[in-house]
Amino acid sequence: MHKKDLGLLALVLVVGAVVAAINPRFLSPINLANTANLIGLFGLFSIAEAFVIVTGGIELSVGSVIALLGVIFVDLIVTHDVPWPIALAICLVLGAVFGLIHGWLVTRLKLQPFVVTLCGLLIYRGVARFYTADGTAGFGFGDSFPMLEWLVSGRTGGVPHSIVAFGVIAVISWYVLHRTVFGRHLFAVGKNEEAARYAGIDTRRVIVAAYVICLVLTALSAVFFAMYTRSIQPSSHGNFYELYGIAAAVLGGFSLRGGEGSIVGVCLGVVLLQMLQNLVNLLGIPSSLNFAVMGSVILIGVIADSQFARYRAAKRQALALAALERGGDAAEPAPR
Amino acid sequence: MLDHPGGGRIDLALRGITKVYPGVVALKDVSLDIHGGEVVGVIGENGAGKSTLMKVLGGAIAPDGGRIEIDGHSRAALTPAAAAAHGIAFVHQELNTFGNLDVAGNVLLGRERTRGPFRTLDRRAMADEVRPILTRLGARFAAEDSAGRLTLADQQLLEIARALSMRTRLVIFDEPTSSLTLGETRRLLTVIRQLRDEGVAILFISHRLAEVEEIADRVTVLRDGRNAGDLARDEIDKDRMVRMMIGRDLTRGRGHAPRTAGAPLLELQGVRTAAFPDVPVDLTVRGGEILGLAGLVGAGRTDLALACFGVEPRIGGEVTVAGRPLASGSVAEAIEAGLCLVPEDRKAHGLVLDFAITQNIALPNLARLARRGAVDRRAETALAEDARTRLSIKTAALGRAVAELSGGNQQKVVLAKWLAMDPRVVIFDEPTRGIDVGAKAEVYAAMRRLADAGVAILMISSDMEEVIGVSDRVAVMARGRIAGVLERDALEEEAILRLAVA
Repeated sequence: MHKKDLGLLALVLVVGAVVAAINPRFLSPINLANTANLIGLFGLFSIAEAFVIVTGGIELSVGSVIALLGVIFVDLIVTHDVPWPIALAICLVLGAVFGLIHGWLVTRLKLQPFVVTLCGLLIYRGVARFYTADGTAGFGFGDSFPMLEWLVSGRTGGVPHSIVAFGVIAVISWYVLHRTVFGRHLFAVGKNEEAARYAGIDTRRVIVAAYVICLVLTALSAVFFAMYTRSIQPSSHGNFYELYGIAAAVLGGFSLRGGEGSIVGVCLGVVLLQMLQNLVNLLGIPSSLNFAVMGSVILIGVIADSQFARYRAAKRQALALAALERGGDAAEPAPR
Repeated sequence: MLDHPGGGRIDLALRGITKVYPGVVALKDVSLDIHGGEVVGVIGENGAGKSTLMKVLGGAIAPDGGRIEIDGHSRAALTPAAAAAHGIAFVHQELNTFGNLDVAGNVLLGRERTRGPFRTLDRRAMADEVRPILTRLGARFAAEDSAGRLTLADQQLLEIARALSMRTRLVIFDEPTSSLTLGETRRLLTVIRQLRDEGVAILFISHRLAEVEEIADRVTVLRDGRNAGDLARDEIDKDRMVRMMIGRDLTRGRGHAPRTAGAPLLELQGVRTAAFPDVPVDLTVRGGEILGLAGLVGAGRTDLALACFGVEPRIGGEVTVAGRPLASGSVAEAIEAGLCLVPEDRKAHGLVLDFAITQNIALPNLARLARRGAVDRRAETALAEDARTRLSIKTAALGRAVAELSGGNQQKVVLAKWLAMDPRVVIFDEPTRGIDVGAKAEVYAAMRRLADAGVAILMISSDMEEVIGVSDRVAVMARGRIAGVLERDALEEEAILRLAVA
C-alpha cells in the first residue's frame, strides 16, 4: 500500500469514528448495509473512471451512459420481453461500442478527451430523453425478476450484492492495473506517451482499451443503478456521476495529468465520499449542503497532501545538510 | 550602454557556496569570480554542479552556505528579482520561445509597452524598442516576425536580445551551441565576443571544449560539486581541461584495428520519409561494424532512423533486419526483428522520467518478463541489477526515479533497455549529446562491445570528433539523400564536411 493510501485510510477511520461517536446509528446494521450498497453502486463507475484517468484522459459521459443504458435495459425487458441476461449483454456490448468510439476519436482523430466525452455527455443524455419521450422508464408493480433482483440488489447474510460485485471488480482491477503488463503500459502511456511508443508499446491500442474498460464497467454499473432505482427519470438519472467518479479518483491519488494512482486509493475515495453523504444525513446537516461538504473535504485532502509532500522534502533536505556538517560525505556527491 | 544603477561593469564573486540535496551534495565550497568585459568558461562533467551554480546566480535556489558578492555588497542568497535587478540574465539550453507571439512580444515579455487608461498594447513602441537590439546582434529577422517561425539558432538570438533588453551586465550561456549547426555556432561566438568588447560579462557553460578553448578568457573547472582549478587564457587547452574535469587521463576510443564486417544486418532499399518524400535511400549496415551517419542538422538523418524504427511513417521502400523484411512498419515489429533505437531526446522519447530505473529498463522487455500476463517483479529486478553492473549505472538504489540521475547515467538506462533483448541492430541518435566526458567514454565502450559481439550499429552524430573517432565507416547525408560513404582510411573532417554541404 502506498503512503498516500495509508493517509486516506486514516482519514476514513477518523471520519468514521467521529460520526459514530456523535451518532451511534452510524454503526447500526441497517445503516451499514445501506451505505455499503451505495459504496458498491458508486464504486463500480469510479473504478471505471480511474482506468481512463491513469492514461491522462478523462471520461465525462459516465452519468449520461448510466442514464441511457439504464433506460435501454429497462425498456428491453419491460416492453420487448427480452430475457434479462440478453438485455445485460446488449448493454455491456453497447458500453464497449461507446468506448471504442471515444477511444478511436481520441487516438486516431487526435481529439482532446475532454471534448470527446463532453459531447458524449450531451449526446447520450439527449438520446436517453428522446428514447423515452422524456417520460419515466420503469418496472411495473407486478413485474418481478427474482433471479436478476437477487443477483443485483439482493443480500447475502445482510451484505448487499452490489458491494460484493464492487469488491470483485476492485480486486480484478487492482491485479490488472498493478500487476499485469497491460497495467504497466497504462501507467507508461499516462506518464510519457512518446517514450512508451519508442519502447514498442502500441499506445493507441492501450488508450482505446482504457475507454472500452471504462464504459463496459459503466454499463455494468448502469444495470445495478436501474435495478436499484427501478424507475429511471432520464433527465436526471446519473447526473454528476462522472464528477463523483473523478472526485473519488483524485482523492485516491490519481493525477489528472496521468500515470499516477492506485486502485486501493480510488476504493478508499469512494468509501470516504459515501461516508460524507451519510454523515450529512446522520448529523442533521441540511442535505442541500451535501455537495459543499464533499467539495470541502476533497479540497482539504488535496491541500494536506501537497503540504505533507513539501514537509517531507524539507525534512530530507535538513537531514542531508546535517549529515554533511557532521563529517564530509555522508551523502554521496554528484548526480544532480 | 551600461547605465546600470549599480554602476557600469559588474563585479561578482561567489565565495564558498554550498548546496545540499537529499542524498546529493550538489556544491561544496565553490568559488567563482567574474568581471565585466571577460568571458569565463565553466566546464565540468554532468553532475559536477554547473547547473546548480547557475541557479544560485539566477536566484532560483538559495545556497545552504557561502556568500554572494556583487559590486562589493555581500549577501547569502539572491532572488530572481534581485538577480535581474543586478543585470544578470540567462540564455537557457532549452529555449523558452513563445511561438504564438511576435519577436518584440517575446523580447519584452512581462515588460510590455502600453498606452491609454486600459493599458492597450503599444505594438509599434515595442517593435521600435526591440529593433536596435536586433540590429546590434546582426539578426536576420524583424521585430514584427512571428517567433514560432524562427529557426532554433534565431530563437536563441531572440533570447540574447531579451537578455540585452534588460540592461544586462552578465549573460549566462548554458550549453548554447548544443543544437546549432556549424555556421550558426560561428555567428553566436561572434556575438559573444562583441558583447564582451562592450563590457558585458559572459559565463559560458559548454561540453564542447573546442568552443571553450576558442572563446574563454578564463576557465573554471568543477568536479563533483567542488572547484577543480582555474585556467588562465594561455593555459587553456583541451587535454588539460579534460584531465581536470575527470581527474585522470582519458584514453580515447581512437585507433582500433580495422575489422572485417559480417553479414548485412540492416538493409534499406529505396526508403522514403515524410521529410523527403522524393528521395529514396539505400543503405547497408553489416554485423560488427559501426556505421557513422554524418550530415548537417536537418539533412534527414533522424527522419530516416525513425522511419526504419516505425515511429514515423515510411512513405515507401523496404527495410530488412537480419534478413527479415519489416512489413507492417510498426515499432513492435522492428523490436521483434531485433532493431532498437536510442533516441536523440532521451527525456522525451527514451525514458519515463518518473518511473524507477528498474521499470524503465523493463518497459520494452515486459512481454518476456511476464508470466501469464503478470509482471514477474523478481525477474525485472534481476534484469536491472544485471544492467547496473554491465553498464556501471551510478545510483544508490534501482528503485529511484530516473529523473534523479545525471544525463550520462540516464543514457545508460536507455541503453540498458535495449541490451536486455540481445538486439541485432542498434541505431544511436546523437548518443552522447549533453553527457559528460567520462560517461561518453563508457557509452563508446558499450557500443564497441556490441559491435564486437556482431551487432550492426548505425550512429547518427553531429559531433565530428565522435564520428571520426568511433565509426568504422561513415555515410554522409545531405538534403535527404546519401551524399557519399567514406571508408575508415578516408575519414577526415574536411572530406565529411565537403559531402555534407554538397
